[in-house]
Amino acid sequence: MKSRLLIAGLALAMAAPLANAQTPEEKGLEIAREADRRGEGFGDFQADMKMVLITKRGDRAERELRVKTLEGKGEDEGDKSLTIFDTPRDVRGTAMLTFSYKNKDDDQWLYLPALRRVKTIASRNKSGPFMGSEFSFEDMRGQEVEKYTYKYLRDEACGELTCFVMERYPTDEHSGYTKMVVWLDQQEYRTWKVDYYDRRDSLLKTLESSDFTQYKDKFWQPAKMSMINHQTGKATDLFWSNYQYDTGLTEADFNQNSLKRAR
Amino acid sequence: MNKWFVTAPLLAVPLLAPAWEFRGEVALEGRYFTQDSPYPQADYDTNSSAYLKPEILHEWNDRDDLFTFIPYARVDENDSERTHWDIRELSWIHVGNGWESRVGIRKVFWGVTEGRHLVDIINQTDQVDQVDGEEKLGQPMINLSLVRDWGIVDLFVLPGFRERTYAGEEGRPRTPLPVSDDAVYESSQEEGRVDFAIRYQQYFDNGIEFALSHFSGTSRDPLLIPQNLTMAELQTLLATGQLPAGSDPEFTPVYNVIDQTGLELQYLQNGWLWKLEAISRSGQGDRFYALDGGFEYTQVGLFGSAADLGWIVEYIWEDREDSLASPMASDVLLGTRFTFNDVASTEILAGVIYDADNEEKAFSLESSRRFGNNLKATLEARFYTDAQDPRSPSALYRDILRNVNTNPGLGPISRSDFVQAELVYYF
Repeated sequence: MKSRLLIAGLALAMAAPLANAQTPEEKGLEIAREADRRGEGFGDFQADMKMVLITKRGDRAERELRVKTLEGKGEDEGDKSLTIFDTPRDVRGTAMLTFSYKNKDDDQWLYLPALRRVKTIASRNKSGPFMGSEFSFEDMRGQEVEKYTYKYLRDEACGELTCFVMERYPTDEHSGYTKMVVWLDQQEYRTWKVDYYDRRDSLLKTLESSDFTQYKDKFWQPAKMSMINHQTGKATDLFWSNYQYDTGLTEADFNQNSLKRAR
Repeated sequence: MNKWFVTAPLLAVPLLAPAWEFRGEVALEGRYFTQDSPYPQADYDTNSSAYLKPEILHEWNDRDDLFTFIPYARVDENDSERTHWDIRELSWIHVGNGWESRVGIRKVFWGVTEGRHLVDIINQTDQVDQVDGEEKLGQPMINLSLVRDWGIVDLFVLPGFRERTYAGEEGRPRTPLPVSDDAVYESSQEEGRVDFAIRYQQYFDNGIEFALSHFSGTSRDPLLIPQNLTMAELQTLLATGQLPAGSDPEFTPVYNVIDQTGLELQYLQNGWLWKLEAISRSGQGDRFYALDGGFEYTQVGLFGSAADLGWIVEYIWEDREDSLASPMASDVLLGTRFTFNDVASTEILAGVIYDADNEEKAFSLESSRRFGNNLKATLEARFYTDAQDPRSPSALYRDILRNVNTNPGLGPISRSDFVQAELVYYF
């Protein structure tokens, strides 16, 4: 016990001068890289999602969908994912295939079951709402380190934990945001809260995640994500369930053939 | 012991139940025609219709085997031909390692453009059902699909041919002459001929997608040839819209055996989606070529709102030197799509097809929105401007034939501008 403390103390002593030499930008990037590293190696997973759209008056509408994701191999290959819509009923069977890339726009195809037709999604609609919700397409996709620059702000208590607070600036000119302020806990690097600032640099939305569960002794996933739009008063809650890892998904589950029979 | 006996079947139910699924849709449609019909048999302004499309789905072997059954039935107030039923799908898909077999009655779509689906050829058009030609009849097939690093290859054996459906004499819109049930086939095996098709598709991560296909078999597009029509009858028909009493000319559909090679090409760059479909067909008169090319571009977040505005521009060209076909020898499609991105998924699609040769314009408007979780309403309108006048009787006759042979809408020749409302319930 004593020796462990000693080692920890030594490590701190060695790290301290390094930390001092770091700029806030470097520290922000380091935090983002660490958070990213902790999310690596998941292999594949499947999960169910329920979306509850809430209007300013409190009217609610629900959407249900399923997500399957395969992690990209190596440094350059991005993740592949298949999203299948179950409700509302008129979009049932509609499925979306996404190949994400680290350095360029994603490739996306939409399968329309009534026409038996696969359409390439041409729109660079990152800022547009996902299924009429308060989540935009860019909020729904993976947060690759390379797609932002960073700036560490401060440490701050968040609940019983201590959080890093940092700013994140999208490098993509088509992003709907100028910046985001992100709260990550220092223990597990989970994202608890994000403030989104619009193109005019005013506060647009706040995302709060809760009810985290750890899978495979490594990966933390929130069961609930609440997005509030401060400018419209509308909100969307996402409820995640049935998280499953190592489900045996392969490349063959992410092509045009599998898209057409996703249902 | 007893207790186990009772609970065992109950335990089995939740294990089996998720694999079988029953769902479907039922819809009510109302149409209002803004012009008087030139045909006395179709002398009405409003029409109502309904359809039922249930689906039975089953999957087993960890989703490596899928079963689908989709029957379809429509009833129509006025047109007995539009009251019809079909098996849209009755199929079994088996997924192997790097291959997939699909056996039974199915629907397959090929193509990338919006104006004209030139390459799409596997299924017959259920034209009496929808004037836009998007509704298809189920096609029996054995389809083997091979997935390789270098693309996907689909092989089709197509036993059994389906004749195109046409509106009856009481239908609106309808052909100027009724279409005979006795089709003429080039193949001696008639509708029993086994057709073949192959398609190769590939995608590159630089934004290029393409597909090459070849079809060898009975053409899905018949040529409609007038039978028993004298010049005197034709002149009466053109002058009054009616045939002289006692005469019974009709169109006979002629189905040739054709070979058609098709190309689909797409290129996505900076939000611009460039599209091209081209075909070369032999067996229906001289070999001819046709293409439909253009682009789709979407302006996102219109005026700072969540709405998108999409633009579709296509040029359609065909070199068929045949007076019996191709009313769209050189057409331009201009379309615009408003997507509101709201909770109700409100959408409006407006389009015009302009025929440069005779200055005909076909306008269409399609809009839809959702109500609650299970109900969708659509509003549709189709309007046509007349072709250049005056025309000689022979020019008009040629236009009629060209229209019935390639214009699925038949609007300009049958004075059938209409507004349609439809309510679809999903269960």
